[in-house]
Amino acid sequence: MSEGNEPLLSIRDLRIEFASDTRPVTAVRGIDLQIAAGETVALVGESGSGKSVTAMSVMRLTEGRIATGSIHFQGLDLASVPDAEMRAIRGGQIGMIFQEPMTSLNPVFSIGRQIEEVLSLHQRLSARAARAQALELLQRVGIPAPERRLAQYPHELSGGMKQRVMLAMAIACRPRLLIADEPTTALDVTIQAQIMELLRSLQREFQMAVLLITHDLGVVAHFAERVLVMYAGKIVEQGPVRDLFKRAAHPYTRALLAALPDPKAPGKRLAAIPGRVPSPAMLPPGCAFCARCAHAFAPCAPQQPPLFAVGEAHRAACFLHDPSAVASSSTP
Amino acid sequence: MLGLMVLVALVLVALLGNLLTSWWGVFDPATVRLPDKLLPPLSEASSALSKDLLPPFHMYPFGTDELGRNVFARMLQGAFVSLSVGIVAVSISLGIGVTVGGLAGFYGQRKLVFISVDSLLMRFTDVVLCFPTFFLILTVVALLPPSIYNIMIVIGMTSWMSTARFVRAEFLALREQDFVTAAQALGLPEWRIIFRHMMPNAMAPVLVSATINVAYAILTESALSFLGFGVRPPYATWGNILADGRSYIFDAPWLFLIPGAAILLVVLAFNLVGEGLRDAMNPKLRKRAD
Repeated sequence: MSEGNEPLLSIRDLRIEFASDTRPVTAVRGIDLQIAAGETVALVGESGSGKSVTAMSVMRLTEGRIATGSIHFQGLDLASVPDAEMRAIRGGQIGMIFQEPMTSLNPVFSIGRQIEEVLSLHQRLSARAARAQALELLQRVGIPAPERRLAQYPHELSGGMKQRVMLAMAIACRPRLLIADEPTTALDVTIQAQIMELLRSLQREFQMAVLLITHDLGVVAHFAERVLVMYAGKIVEQGPVRDLFKRAAHPYTRALLAALPDPKAPGKRLAAIPGRVPSPAMLPPGCAFCARCAHAFAPCAPQQPPLFAVGEAHRAACFLHDPSAVASSSTP
Repeated sequence: MLGLMVLVALVLVALLGNLLTSWWGVFDPATVRLPDKLLPPLSEASSALSKDLLPPFHMYPFGTDELGRNVFARMLQGAFVSLSVGIVAVSISLGIGVTVGGLAGFYGQRKLVFISVDSLLMRFTDVVLCFPTFFLILTVVALLPPSIYNIMIVIGMTSWMSTARFVRAEFLALREQDFVTAAQALGLPEWRIIFRHMMPNAMAPVLVSATINVAYAILTESALSFLGFGVRPPYATWGNILADGRSYIFDAPWLFLIPGAAILLVVLAFNLVGEGLRDAMNPKLRKRAD
């Protein structure tokens, strides 16, 4: 994290509520997140942990309501900027790519027209200049025979190609921040690696910050500098990637890492986490992981653990690491 | 392709026919030639006619009716009426239907005081759908002065409901599509997402229903004219040629066969064009250029 100077994106105590028939359901329960310029931060969590909602709320594209907290981008409060300015930020300053490249492109327009539309909208390029730049972008994201691809329709491209096109559109205006919402989940493993490699080289070239949302810890280990682990709408652990993988502090993070297949022990049963994520409509008063946690003890059920420091810039929301408690000094 | 060619030919015929029948005296579809009444198609004009009443080339390609009027000239005049009724009425119904359906589909969740936009618009559509359309048209046409424009407007205003429902259904599905979210994430303005990204994707069923509606409008106009509520009698439409011919079904079958066949042809052509357009709008079915 950049000390002193203003982070590029700064989320403080963000709570997002969704209206329901009875009472509002809180999907994100007070998270803090800072991303410095050029940094790569991974947001990890299971489905339903609130990571995508967090990302969408940065783009102001969620149906949910920001109940408390703020989102600042380059010092600008994104919750209060007028719609027109927000549109200029989306696609201009913040790019986004999605999980499903198959359906994220409009099926009735050619690839070229869709890229050109973004360029002419944000940069007011002429038709010819937009076409030239679209061609350049396709070349940059490694699409062979880009001249021919420009005229093709999304259904004529493979999934990996489409994700490359989505990337081309997202970086078309050289955004400062790229939000990648599970960019490789829908792709083959070999294509995944290529896309992540492309993402990394684009990030270096354009000096973008990347917020990577994923549940794939392998991708996180290779790609991210900092990791935030989300569980049931809260951040349970955060820290530098190396430190977090080596010395995972929160029982949930440890369970996640234990659930990864170990290439040195093929055939070994994977360690599954018992139980399931509690529904955001009926969360326990204390730690949300309490019911599934093998190390749960007295303070876990009644109150929510704050983030305790467990290392340099490494913090975990677990009473096991409460320095004031006597019982928890040793590693359980 | 065939449908489109037939349609283009028909439009040309209608335009040309309108010019011919209104500017060329001997071609006037209202000219009564009693000595030549009920002649079958391709018969020659009798010599009893005075010179300025003789039809062009001294013959009646489609025969004559019970007053000795030239059916060919009447059909030409009727073609213009039928096609313009079809096209204008459907333009009106498309305009209303796409607007209502689009608003209900895209802004449906918004609340207006106590009712959502979607409920308001779609329940209104249901109410209009409950009217027995044809009798509503009959009533309105009976009350209003008989004019072809009133008929176009009334048909248009009573046939938009299916279009509205189609468009709403398409928009509801499209709104949740990833490419709409992606377009938002790229900062495209709302109107551009609606008109440039969602509309073309919703057009296939709308076009098909529009072409079927054209056929329906032509049939409605024919039915109205057949019942005597349509266009005022001296002016010919396919419907009233058919209506006049019904008393002579056995003596002069061409009087109902010819307008009947013409209506069939137009309706068929519109349906074929609708299908062709639907395929043309779908890039997956479009033939590759290379």
